[in-house]
Amino acid sequence: MRQSRASRWLLRALKLSLGLLVLVTAAGCHTDMWIQPKTVPLEESTFYADKSSARPLVPGTVARGHLEEDTPFFTGRDDNGQLVTAIPVKFNSDKEFKEFLLRGQERFNIYCTPCHGRLGDGQGMISKRGLALRRPPANYHTDRLRNMPIGHFYDVMTKGYGVMFSYASRVEPQDRWAIAAYIRALQLSQHADSADYTAAQRASRQSTGSLGTETQ
Amino acid sequence: MAQLFKPYANVIARTSIVIGGMLPVIVGLAAAAYSRSPYNTKVEVPLNQPIPFSHQHHAYELGIDCRYCHTSVEKSGYAGLPPTETCMSCHSQIWTNSPLLEPVRKSYEDNTPIQWNKVNTLPSFVNFNHSIHIARGINCNQCHGPVNDMQITFKGHPFMMQWCLQCHRAPEKYLYKDPDSHSLREQVFNVYWKLQEKGVSGMTPREQHLVKGEEQEEDGAKDVAEGKALVKQYGVKVQQLADCSVCHY
Repeated sequence: MRQSRASRWLLRALKLSLGLLVLVTAAGCHTDMWIQPKTVPLEESTFYADKSSARPLVPGTVARGHLEEDTPFFTGRDDNGQLVTAIPVKFNSDKEFKEFLLRGQERFNIYCTPCHGRLGDGQGMISKRGLALRRPPANYHTDRLRNMPIGHFYDVMTKGYGVMFSYASRVEPQDRWAIAAYIRALQLSQHADSADYTAAQRASRQSTGSLGTETQ
Repeated sequence: MAQLFKPYANVIARTSIVIGGMLPVIVGLAAAAYSRSPYNTKVEVPLNQPIPFSHQHHAYELGIDCRYCHTSVEKSGYAGLPPTETCMSCHSQIWTNSPLLEPVRKSYEDNTPIQWNKVNTLPSFVNFNHSIHIARGINCNQCHGPVNDMQITFKGHPFMMQWCLQCHRAPEKYLYKDPDSHSLREQVFNVYWKLQEKGVSGMTPREQHLVKGEEQEEDGAKDVAEGKALVKQYGVKVQQLADCSVCHY
């Protein structure tokens, strides 16, 4: 008799703990870890009136490290407002400068080629597609742009020019200078004279027959 | 008194025992199949967008680099969606009358963002960082599927933890080295330039896998040996790569 009462209690306790277990497990079924009340970039906000979780800077704010005191570097113009004629970046070695040019090539191919083309002749895909462009993208291989101070290219990328938008928010200042340097390299390559080649280069080019196509 | 149970009752009893026993298994399998099905994961299900933007047209046909729009992919955790200004860099000049682009122009005039529908989502407790994957030369398509072939963007892989761990546990099977690129970062995007120049048929089998966004696990001993060398060369810390805190922090 006592035993059976004990077993009945045991059964009841088992049932109860099973029910509790189900309850406890079910309590885990919620999504607040999946969808946490934090904002991630570009997320819509329910808090701010303009629904943007990213807040615009208070006017006049200067972020740490963005004081931009170096006027030529950040504007492409010297203190008198004249376009600079040399890249305001220091290079400690030729290797560093080559890296800089390669970086410029890479950035140019990303941001500039859609309009200006890989050669900088203004024959990018957009100009080919936009048959009736009122103002076609610039061809860098003109006397006007060949004689333009290098600060001009930086200035154009920063502020935009004609129908070209500003690329300041997409390309960082250092990269804009790298692109400007690469544009100069493109201009030289498309305006090269056979006298610019070393004897060895000339020999190897002549044997492949590619010298003529690069001399204009 | 008539028989309470007819002989066929035996069959019913046996079948119900078998089915009853199998039921939990069937339910379990069905739940597993459902959770892995595209109906739930949305893999390869194109998602409607306010503007029918085609990656195939912009990235493949026009040859615009990924980074023209996804500017922060190399240096930030988030690849970034382009602001309307980026669209208007070209579309202030071309297709200016297209009714399909009306939402873009409206967004630009009103200074309100275009509300795209999110294709790839992760739970808030997972931290994924694009920049480190790019820095180790992991191609976009390896996770996102054949983006260069997508008319309307869809999810390429289900992004389940098991799927992430395949590579995090054995990176040597997935790492890749392009001899033509001067940096690991550059090889990610060079694949698309190569696709432009040579077409799919002109590419190596590995590159073909990459542009098609296929599973590209390498099983051959030679490939794994090469992969292990790359792991060492790239400084991938395999010991820590599958730790919880790598993604959950």
